Formats: sequence, structure tokens, C-alpha cells
Amino acid sequence: MKHARNPAADMAIWTAAIAVLGFLLLPLVIVLLYAFDASSVQVWPIRALSLRWFSATWADEEVRSALLISLEVAGLATLLATVLGTLAALGMNGLSTRSMQAGSFLLTLPIALPGVLTGIAMNSFFTLLDIPFTFITLVIAHTTFCMVIIFNNVMARLRRLPPSLREAAQDMGATPWRGFVTVTLPLLAGSVMSGMLLAFALSFDEVIVSTFTAGSETTLPLWIFGAIRLGQHMPEVNVVVFAVIAITILPIIAGQKLAANASREH
Amino acid sequence: MTPGRKLLGHIALLVPPFGWLGIFYLGSLSVLLLSAFWQVDAMSGEIVRDWTWENFRILFSDTTYTVIARRTTGIALLVTVTDIILAWPLAWVIARKVGPRLKLTLLVLVALPLWSSMLARIYAWRLILGHDGVLNWGLRLVGLPDQNVAFTNIALWIVFSYLWLPFMLMPMVAALERIPASLLDAAGDQGATPWQVFRTVVFPLAIPGMAAGSVFTFAVTQGDYVAPMLVGGAGSEFIGNVVYSNVGVSGNVPFAAAFSLVLLAMVAAYMLLARRFGAFDAQ
Repeated sequence: MKHARNPAADMAIWTAAIAVLGFLLLPLVIVLLYAFDASSVQVWPIRALSLRWFSATWADEEVRSALLISLEVAGLATLLATVLGTLAALGMNGLSTRSMQAGSFLLTLPIALPGVLTGIAMNSFFTLLDIPFTFITLVIAHTTFCMVIIFNNVMARLRRLPPSLREAAQDMGATPWRGFVTVTLPLLAGSVMSGMLLAFALSFDEVIVSTFTAGSETTLPLWIFGAIRLGQHMPEVNVVVFAVIAITILPIIAGQKLAANASREH
Repeated sequence: MTPGRKLLGHIALLVPPFGWLGIFYLGSLSVLLLSAFWQVDAMSGEIVRDWTWENFRILFSDTTYTVIARRTTGIALLVTVTDIILAWPLAWVIARKVGPRLKLTLLVLVALPLWSSMLARIYAWRLILGHDGVLNWGLRLVGLPDQNVAFTNIALWIVFSYLWLPFMLMPMVAALERIPASLLDAAGDQGATPWQVFRTVVFPLAIPGMAAGSVFTFAVTQGDYVAPMLVGGAGSEFIGNVVYSNVGVSGNVPFAAAFSLVLLAMVAAYMLLARRFGAFDAQ
């Protein structure tokens, strides 16, 4: 810029920006630190560090069964959502813009509307049909809001694929199915994988829709929610929160890497 | 392939996903819509499936619920304004002040909290605002008296602003990136002061970004009940809390359904408003 910059204003903007970044990140650092707090009451500054709550938490049957249920729900919902979301993207690819918009609007609704709406809607639905709230209703609910993640990833990839690739396969005499399996599918693998990681993380952390569809099942977020609300098992909450952050952030980072690699290759 | 076979192929692919959504999601929304007009028999606790506006009459006449609806909307608006203010300096730095490598790092750091557990991030503020938490420790260090904002609407305001700030930052960075540097130079060459450039060039061009971010900050705050339960106090009930407490054996699901439809109407109205400011134009 030709006109003179105002160093005082620049300074103020940078200071404010760094303060806001600190506001975003420091709470996460603090909550991660508390997992190593030896004390059973939360007081700052932390007086002594210890790993003892990690083993105590791992030994807690309730926490372990909640973890298992969360992993099962997230795993199953991710698999179902992957099949359904990929089918939706493949089926909608090549349709008119209008039908595409309508389709992706419908797919996005379960995640765009407030969770409490999706939650109570599904709760009323299952109640009306006399379907008891179990592991299965939880998986159905999670699949419903995870589909769009896979769909978006696959759709973005399909849009960038030149149609000439599949035409070339067909010119060489491949059947449409063979062309799909040998040409299109391998090219989609990266975006499907990164979508699966995101969907898994989303399901693993979900609490609002789960409250309305879980019945007596306790997922890990539901366990945390209950424990914080009642102010019980706080040292264990610290450890579980540490683990949940690790379990959700690592797949995300891996997923971003996969997506970045996939887009660089082609 | 013939066009007819091609169409069949599309349909075969689309039946499973949209069949699923049609049954489980649209089916659920339809039941929600219907049940908002049902009632619970006070004696038996059974749901009576007769059409009635009674739930809505209570919602709009009983001050308990109008106060809750106003609180929910008021805090959601306050959080949206707070996040717009907080997002400006950081979004500006990320969009226009740093090189590509630092920019990528900053974007990842901003997105990181968004992808880590929401409960963990709410819980962090219980540790910070609590009586023996980080904030009071800091205040004592500089000789100030303890604060007592834990379990108040102030705590709720801080926590919501913290939770959804990344949603505001991302679209604002995108909007600010798109402003051509030549435009700012031209305004400067014409003798505009930095403040005039901001007011007449930068701010108007950032409006779609702020509108897009506000859709998230407003809608997710309005629809929440977790933060009010974990960091709010006696006077912090949201619409979501009424819905939550009315689901279950002893609850009144039709009433909760009616209140959630009011929530839906408010969120939809806000989205339409945001659309007029360019919130959904290509980012």
C-alpha cells in the first residue's frame, strides 16, 4: 500500500488477534492439564502432577462400558452412513442443479437444524411406533446425521473427476460396472476415508440427539454430561475429557491429511 | 446406455439413502409436527391424539415460557454480536496480514476447538470460572477481589461466545480474503483515512461473511440446552431445557414438540433474514 501505515493501529490489531487466539486455545490447554492433576478436587494452580487418575479411570467399569458403546455406535453409524452417503453422491452426480440442491438440502437438514429438534422429532417418532429406545435407535439417529458428511466429501471429489476417465474405460470395452469398480471407486477411496474419520468423530462426540434416543444406554458423552451435572467423579471426568479430545482430534487431523493428499495427487 | 436405463440407475442408487431419510427423518419431523397439536391426559398420562391449539395457547400466554423464549433469543443475539466483535481482529490478521504457511497454521488452530469435544470445552470453563479456578487465581495475583460469575447468565454468555467463535471466524476470513488489495489502495490514494476505508469499503464487503457466521452462532445457541445446564444458574433456562425436561415417562412430549416448533420457526426466520444479507451466497 502506498499510503503510510499506522504502526499504532497495526500493533492494536495484532494484540487483539493474539488475545482472541489465546481465548480460543487456553481453555483447551487448561482442561488437558487437569487430567494430570494428582488431587481429587480441582484447584488452580495444580499442585502435584500424577498419572494415577488414568489407571483409576481405566479401571472404572462404567467408563469402560460407556466407551465401548460409544465406539460401537460410532463405528456402526459410520459404516451405514458411508454406504448411504456414497450411494446418494453417486446417484445425484449428473442430475440437474435443481434436484442436486433439493437432495443436498434434505441431507443437510438433520445436522443444520438444532440438535434438540432432531432429537425430539426422532423421540416422538419411535415412541409413536412403539419402538423401544435401545442401541439400535441410537445407531439410526447417528447414521441419519452422519450421512451428509460422507455425501459432501464424495460429491466434492466426483465434481473434480473428469467424465473422460470413465468414458475412456468404456471405450476400451469395460462394462459400466467394471469401469466404476476399476476407475471411479479407487479415485473416491481417499475422500470416503476422510469422510469416515469425520463422521466417526462427529458421532463419537454427539450428546444432544443421543439424549433423546439412547433410552438406558450410556455413551461416553452421556456419561461425561451426567458426571459434570452431578459434580461426581471429577478426576475421572478430567481423564475422560482428555481421552475424548485425543480420540476426536486425531482422526480429524488424519482425515485432513488424507483429503489434502488426495487433492494433491490429482 | 439408453436414457431410460440411466435414469433407472440413478433411482436404484438413490432409493436407499433417500428411503432412509424419508422414513427416519421426514417421518420424525412429520410426527413432531402432528404431536405438537396433541395433548397429554392429566389423569392417565396418556397421549390424547385430538387436534388442539392448547399447547401453543399456553406457550404464548404463560409468562414462564415467553420469558424463556425471550431469554433464549436475547442471549443468542448477544453471543452473535460478541463473536462478530471478537472475530474481526483475528480474521483480519489471518486473511490479510500473514503468509500462506502461517495462515494455514492459524486456520488449523482456529478449527481445532471446533473439532474437539463440545462437553470438554464447556467443562473447561467450569474449571476456569469456578471458585478456586484459573480466573480467581489470576485476580488474586493482581490484588483484585474474587469474581462469582460461575452458574450465571454471564458465564453462559462467555461460554457460548467461546464455543461458537470458530463458526464466525471461518466465513469472515473467507469474506475478508476476497477483498481485492487494489480496492484498499485506491481508497487510500483518494485520501481516505484508515477508518474511512474500513467503514466504507472493508465493512460492507464483510457483511456476507458476518451473516454466514451469524447463522451458526445464532442457531446453535438458540437450540442448545447443554451449556445452560452445565454453566448456567437458576435463571438460565433455554427453550431446549424445557424440551429436554418434558421428554421421558413423566414428561409432556406434545408440549415439548410445540415449543420446539416455535424454536424452528425462529431459527428459520433468522436464516431468511441472514439470506438477505448474502449469508448463503457462494463462500
